[in-house]
Amino acid sequence: MNTGWWSDLRYLMRRYPLGVGGAVIMTVFVLAAMFASVVAPLDPFSTNARASLAPPGSKYLMGADMMGRDVLSRLIHGARISLAVAMGATALGSGFGAALGLASGYIGGWFDLIVQRLAEVMQSLPLLVMALVITASLGPSLGNTIIAIAIPLIPNVARVIRSNVLSLRELPFVEAAKATGMSEWRVAIVHVLPNTLAPLIVLATAQLGSTILTEASLSFLGLGVPEPYPSWGRMLSESAAEYVRTAPWLVIYPGLAISLVVFGSNLLGDALRDALDPRQRD
Amino acid sequence: MAPVLEVSGLSTVFHTRRGLVRAVQDVSFSVEAGETLAIVGESGCGKTITALSLMRLIPMPPGEITAGSVRLVGKDLLKVSDADMRKLRGSQIAMIFQEPMTALNPLLTVGRQIVEMVTLHENLSRSAARRRAVEMLERVRIPEPERRAREYPHQMSGGMRQRVMIAMALACRPKVLVADEPTTALDVTIQAQILDLIGDLQREFGTAVVLITHDLGVVAETAQRVVVMYAGRKVEEAPVGELFARPQHPYMRGLLSSIPLVGSARGLNIAPDMRLQEIPGMVPPLNDLPPGCAFGPRCPLVTDRCRAAPPPFERKRPDHSAACWLS
Amino acid sequence: MEPLIEVTDLRKFYPVQKGILGRTVGQVHAVDGISFSIGVGETLGLVGESGCGKSTVGRAVLRLIEPTSGAIKVRGQDITHLPKAAMRPLRRQMQIVFQDPFSSLNPRIRAGEIVGEPLKVHGVGDKVERAERVAQLFARVGLRPQQMRNYPHQFSGGQRQRVSIARALALDPGFIVADEPVSALDVSIQAQVINLLMDLQRDAKLSYLFISHNLAVVEHIAHRVAVMYLGRIVEYADKATLFAAPLHPYTEALLAAVPIPDPALKRQKQHVGGDVPSPINPPTGCHFHPRCRYAEARCRVESPLLREVAPGHTVACHLR
Repeated sequence: MNTGWWSDLRYLMRRYPLGVGGAVIMTVFVLAAMFASVVAPLDPFSTNARASLAPPGSKYLMGADMMGRDVLSRLIHGARISLAVAMGATALGSGFGAALGLASGYIGGWFDLIVQRLAEVMQSLPLLVMALVITASLGPSLGNTIIAIAIPLIPNVARVIRSNVLSLRELPFVEAAKATGMSEWRVAIVHVLPNTLAPLIVLATAQLGSTILTEASLSFLGLGVPEPYPSWGRMLSESAAEYVRTAPWLVIYPGLAISLVVFGSNLLGDALRDALDPRQRD
Repeated sequence: MAPVLEVSGLSTVFHTRRGLVRAVQDVSFSVEAGETLAIVGESGCGKTITALSLMRLIPMPPGEITAGSVRLVGKDLLKVSDADMRKLRGSQIAMIFQEPMTALNPLLTVGRQIVEMVTLHENLSRSAARRRAVEMLERVRIPEPERRAREYPHQMSGGMRQRVMIAMALACRPKVLVADEPTTALDVTIQAQILDLIGDLQREFGTAVVLITHDLGVVAETAQRVVVMYAGRKVEEAPVGELFARPQHPYMRGLLSSIPLVGSARGLNIAPDMRLQEIPGMVPPLNDLPPGCAFGPRCPLVTDRCRAAPPPFERKRPDHSAACWLS
Repeated sequence: MEPLIEVTDLRKFYPVQKGILGRTVGQVHAVDGISFSIGVGETLGLVGESGCGKSTVGRAVLRLIEPTSGAIKVRGQDITHLPKAAMRPLRRQMQIVFQDPFSSLNPRIRAGEIVGEPLKVHGVGDKVERAERVAQLFARVGLRPQQMRNYPHQFSGGQRQRVSIARALALDPGFIVADEPVSALDVSIQAQVINLLMDLQRDAKLSYLFISHNLAVVEHIAHRVAVMYLGRIVEYADKATLFAAPLHPYTEALLAAVPIPDPALKRQKQHVGGDVPSPINPPTGCHFHPRCRYAEARCRVESPLLREVAPGHTVACHLR
């Protein structure tokens, strides 16, 4: 069928309306992040004592914070940081986790045993605590924040992928491939890996949501992205306690942004999983 | 003798995204006390949906019983309230399934599950219910029934679990037992035991049995009357001897000649390289049935008349009916 | 003439592990000393109920599972201990068809690619030649070449089995292990696939190890039959003899239990009792003695050996 991309898009919108919604949300944020300097109405860094705590109005569309900085512009620039950290951490953590899970599940034996025990130890520590420990020891910086958030992801992803691989490994079509003389390596890549991709993608997009929250929490606690980078989490931390009653827009808008991104990524992930399943393709 | 179960014009559909699936269309039959009626057909013929419709276990939506009546000793099960149906299920009409492992609760002991069944429908004390549970386990020929009553389903073999299901189903002496492929998942020697057991208990309790199966051997061994289903409709009905001796519908004839037989029992010598009679093609999808006879596309005798309109179900011989233009 | 496949004293034991450290506390004798041979163009039917080890035998013969001990010879060559690299070219000669049409095919790969994969693995022909061969194979198993583009879920169960058979035929093997190939199919489709397998055997002189619990199907397709019980062969004879005059009590019990689609012939009512035992805790002596109506004291203690009681007919029973 050689129809154009527009009719493909309409087809997608009909079949996966929620997923397209999620994709739209994510695209909006990603574009905003990429073109932050163009899109943001004001300079996110410039302070203005007279505009301190200005409520939302014509100039400051989402109000101003205690230093007179425009909340909307800080949100848009903050998107860049938050999304970069979240996507980077998710990609890093999922990538390593998947590779480890695939190897562990497929190879088995003592390798699997050791990896399993390590993963169990890592998982028994709460995500936030681990991230805290790592940032505290590595020092606050953008890169270290990404690493700190990625590392606790690895055992989660590894375990899910491993259990997928374990059941896939037993399926007759994998045995049949081996019976034709295919090398173990090739069987793993050609037959096992593609069948773990779908759960991996769903997992990764779900993790995206949680990494955004972790980054926000870390920044909230002052251990995440350092000054002067605007981060949604830090925007919350700077204002939540003191100003939540007097200047609620300082809390509402960053909170809304975080929620929307998590929501959008989850919707997108679910739809991707369905779309990638050839059983659903007709 | 008045039949215990009388099904008339039963029709069940499912509303799916791919259209209306007519799972069961205008199916009628009756069963008398102590009699076994077999409903035989392959996957997609509607026999399981028929069984579930009798029990009103069809999820609605997306399912819907659109027509017909199911009279159990005169009372139409399709018209009673949900609460009344729950009272009838298990006490008057019970069902056993193909996979005992999924039909039994893995977290409760076997004895407890039977007790639960009994106390739901009868006013017995705990100890009386427990005694009944052990008695049922003994009736289904499980050795050491008191010990076994305290075991969990996963501790038992497939055959034993099926016996437990039978014990649960018959604990309240229902008038009708609906058995959906009860032995398909079992080994051959265990299957024989279970079929004998069902037969013996049936004779003892006078239960009417509706046996759903795809295995013609099981039908021949256990049923007195047979209903053959194809693509949601009844295509043939007769007493078992008459059906096997003089099948009227091409589908039934095709089935009989396509199954390999254990030759020694008939004193035949099967030479290798002898081909089985095939039925070409496949069952049509239930949401896209052909306008005429559903079996037409696969039938060696198909005519234009068959393609144009579905044949009526009518009497071909004494006590033997089929839906075919050509017989 | 030398048999195509010769298996001698094949055993496969699985360790039973307990405790945190996974100490081995015992062995499950899944396959406990199996011997048989299959000639060119011949089918050996391997029958038994669940837990008897017949599927394990099928896989061990192809070395998809490593035997614990015993010998497997293909065309006279001992392949039991060959390293993986040496096994690879030999795999062209022996293939397998599985029971479950749904999980036998990778759901993410098109049928044509699935069937062409063995050719790719062994570097047979270029892309065009492979495509032609796949089209031929599709036609051979009764599928249309247009269906090469379909994904497995777009086929019915019977058609999926045909795809599996086409894949098994791709490299022109002489021997195929068919592990319950029709058990998951509807009755009217079973006949189609059985006929197909028999046609292929006749045309290409294929040999089959046909594993099944369905005695009627085995009687139809096999030349010789071996009956397994708890990891051992209890009777081994040509088809006519085994089905007409079985000697082992278990074979008798199996045959008596098969329901016959003829209401005029009622089978006898007395059936073997007891459950199919699990290989983890086999009975002592003759494995069948707890369920055997003829069992004597000796049967409880001593394991009977397979003895030839007539030419080509071996039985493992003290009383025959």
